[in-house]
Amino acid sequence: MFEILRREEMAGGTVVLNEISAPLIARKAKPGQFVILKANETGERIPLTMADTDPTKGTITIIYQVVGKSTALFKSMQRGEQFQDVIGPLGSPTHLEKLGTVVCVGGGTGVAVLHPITRGLKDLGNHVIAVIGARTKDLLILEDKMKAASHELHVCTDDGSYGHHGFVTEVLKQILEEKDVKLVVGIGPVPMMKFLCKLTAEYKVKTMVSLNPIMVDGTGMCGCCRVTVGGETKFACVDGPEFDGHQVDFDELMQRLSSYKEEEALAYEQHTCQCQA
Amino acid sequence: MAKAEKIPRQPMPEQDPQVRKRNFDEVPLGYTEEQAVKEAERCLQCKKPSCIEGCPVSVEIPAFIKLIREGEFTKAIHKIWERNSLPAVCGRVCPQEIQCEGRCILAKKGDPVAIGNLERFAADWERAHGKGELPPKAEPTGKRVAVVGSGPSGLTVAGDLVLKGHHVTVFEAFHKPGGVLVYGIPEFRLPKEIVFQEVNFLERLGVEVQCNVVVGRTVIVDELFEEGYDAVYVGVGAGLPRFLNVPGENLIGIYSANEYLTRANLMKAYLFPEYDTPIVKGKDVVVLGAGNVAMDSARTAMRLGADRVRIVYRRSREEMPARAAEIHHAEEEGIEFFLLTNPKRFIGDDQGRVKAMECIRMELGEPDESGRRRPVPVEGSEFTMECDLVVIAVGAGANPLLTQTTEGLALNKWGYIVADPETGKTTKKGVWAGGDIVTGQATVILAMGAGRKASDSIHKYLTWGW
Ligand SMILES: Cc1cc2nc3c(=O)[nH]c(=O)nc-3n(C[C@H](O)[C@H](O)[C@H](O)COP(=O)(O)OP(=O)(O)OC[C@H]3O[C@@H](n4cnc5c(N)ncnc54)[C@H](O)[C@@H]3O)c2cc1C
Ligand code: SF4
Ligand code: FES
Repeated sequence: MFEILRREEMAGGTVVLNEISAPLIARKAKPGQFVILKANETGERIPLTMADTDPTKGTITIIYQVVGKSTALFKSMQRGEQFQDVIGPLGSPTHLEKLGTVVCVGGGTGVAVLHPITRGLKDLGNHVIAVIGARTKDLLILEDKMKAASHELHVCTDDGSYGHHGFVTEVLKQILEEKDVKLVVGIGPVPMMKFLCKLTAEYKVKTMVSLNPIMVDGTGMCGCCRVTVGGETKFACVDGPEFDGHQVDFDELMQRLSSYKEEEALAYEQHTCQCQA
Repeated sequence: MAKAEKIPRQPMPEQDPQVRKRNFDEVPLGYTEEQAVKEAERCLQCKKPSCIEGCPVSVEIPAFIKLIREGEFTKAIHKIWERNSLPAVCGRVCPQEIQCEGRCILAKKGDPVAIGNLERFAADWERAHGKGELPPKAEPTGKRVAVVGSGPSGLTVAGDLVLKGHHVTVFEAFHKPGGVLVYGIPEFRLPKEIVFQEVNFLERLGVEVQCNVVVGRTVIVDELFEEGYDAVYVGVGAGLPRFLNVPGENLIGIYSANEYLTRANLMKAYLFPEYDTPIVKGKDVVVLGAGNVAMDSARTAMRLGADRVRIVYRRSREEMPARAAEIHHAEEEGIEFFLLTNPKRFIGDDQGRVKAMECIRMELGEPDESGRRRPVPVEGSEFTMECDLVVIAVGAGANPLLTQTTEGLALNKWGYIVADPETGKTTKKGVWAGGDIVTGQATVILAMGAGRKASDSIHKYLTWGW
């Protein structure tokens, strides 16, 4: 059913792209929505926001970073192999509208999620400024696509190996100083989103973030994905994954993301041992 | 008469509590043929059997018990199947003490006939010895029915309608069919193999089961009609976890029962790292609530290696809604009960993990709308309980994913679907609903009963119109 039709490695093999056959999902999916994937019988249910969809071909594209056992298992799957289960599209689609000047900021694999939103905002006639960053040049992904999806692209690397030497927030600050920005979309690692929101709050610019808490069902049935937004508990899988960044309790999110740190380390270790054996 | 009084109720052999509290194998081991026949001999074969009145689907109880007594086990199961398509499940999970057994005439003076155990025996015997023959199916009608949700109510509708010659497709959001029977009720109470065999039986009859389809997201109800379905049955259960809304509830180590049990059962986290899904293994566990869900959570925590498991409940023992057998089993396994106690807040460590719960004592006041005495807090009685895992099992609500995307479906004020209790018809033409999404979290047998009524009504509609 969910066959991998295309497989690419990016960022020196730390990031993988899979284009997967999933006609029912592709027909319905909108930017900002995610799917849950399970590789095999013993696998875990992993949520990933779709980077692209093609309703005519009946495919969806995911781009993920290898961070633990499950993503390592995904990476080991070759073209022609199948995911046992793919469920979606889940979550609420991004609310896209014409506002004027908007800035789309992405860090790490967050750029993959940001890309369809950036494209959508441009299609609606916004002036789109994109800022993408990575730790180092080799880890940067989708530069060309982001260039095409925006009017202006800024690139940053933490180590200065390419583009601006420093964080995406520094470039964003410059833009906020100079332009009348109506909306910032920030997607990336939680610390990045947290600092980005702190900055945009100072400039009182509306900011949307896409959250990635741990999930199980993805349909609002378990509460695993709960996040505090504006002092209220929300389920990211149905109420999100996008929220008003100024309302999100990022510290709680970061803590909850570390719930299974030890278990994940154990599973990953066992997995890599088996692969080497 | 004299004979019946002499035979005591045959106890069900069970795994020893000290052993079973650390494994996930089924607790009751089942009757042998001799035990079943002996228990069946206790039945008085009443002329006006009150047990049947206590059964929500009116199984002909004395008739099947008579067949067991005569050693006609296959005939016994066929008798049960006339009214109940999931006896291996019901024999294990029905609250018999308030249904058939509670109404058995023998219960007036002593122990009722062990109807649940006998039902389970007949079903298990057939699984082990039967030839797996399929019942006869009516000629194809060319009509197509979509069943949303593969819990007991959906499976009942699917089984009934496929036998009547309709083409049935079951859509399930999860990657495995079975509903609560698979993701909620643990292996030690209901082996998953039994549920999968039941689903497999339906598939052999021609029911098409499509997992990974979330109706309301992957497809919506109106699109099912566009795709050519003639009728839709909605049996999506009560899939919304209830939280307490007290401070600290989002600390690590605090789960809804839905999440805790789904990780343990559906995702088989108890086999981690062989299976990839992790679960917090508490040493000092608190479970909030006292229904079947709470008992299942507490007993799961014990099996995952807890040193201590406490059930904390704000009412008293009499009000505990769990099946008597579950409470009994939990106590045997060393689970402690803290009654008339209510949580006020959770306290975490510097890593954001729960380490304690502040509680307050309660006392019973005047009766509330439910007729039960309302628990009221005793001022100044706060105290703290240490814990490293908390499971919240205080009930479930209506999940809005399907209902919000289906136009013309009337809901009640809690978000449950309004359906005619006799037919299951909703306010939307061609759409029926039943089970927990109509009644709120109830029981397997009531969900099946609702499915049976709806399937009769759907069949009439497909034959004669709305
Ligand atoms: C832990 C636990 C223990 C219990 N113990 C007992 C017991 O001992 N005895 C007893 O009688 N009852 C018990 N119950 C209650 C009983 O299980 C339920 O009343 C019964 O399962 C309800 O059946 P249902 O078919 O209405 O729904 P469910 O069994 O809840 O099944 C609904 C199915 O629909 C699926 N679904 C939901 N939304 C969608 C959607 N949008 N699209 C597609 N599919 C969807 C769900 O994934 C699920 O598989 C227990 C419940 C729990 C949670
Ligand atoms: S009421 Fe009890 S004794 Fe009478 S028929 Fe039913 S099970 Fe047998
Ligand atoms: S993942 Fe279960 S409710 Fe969101």
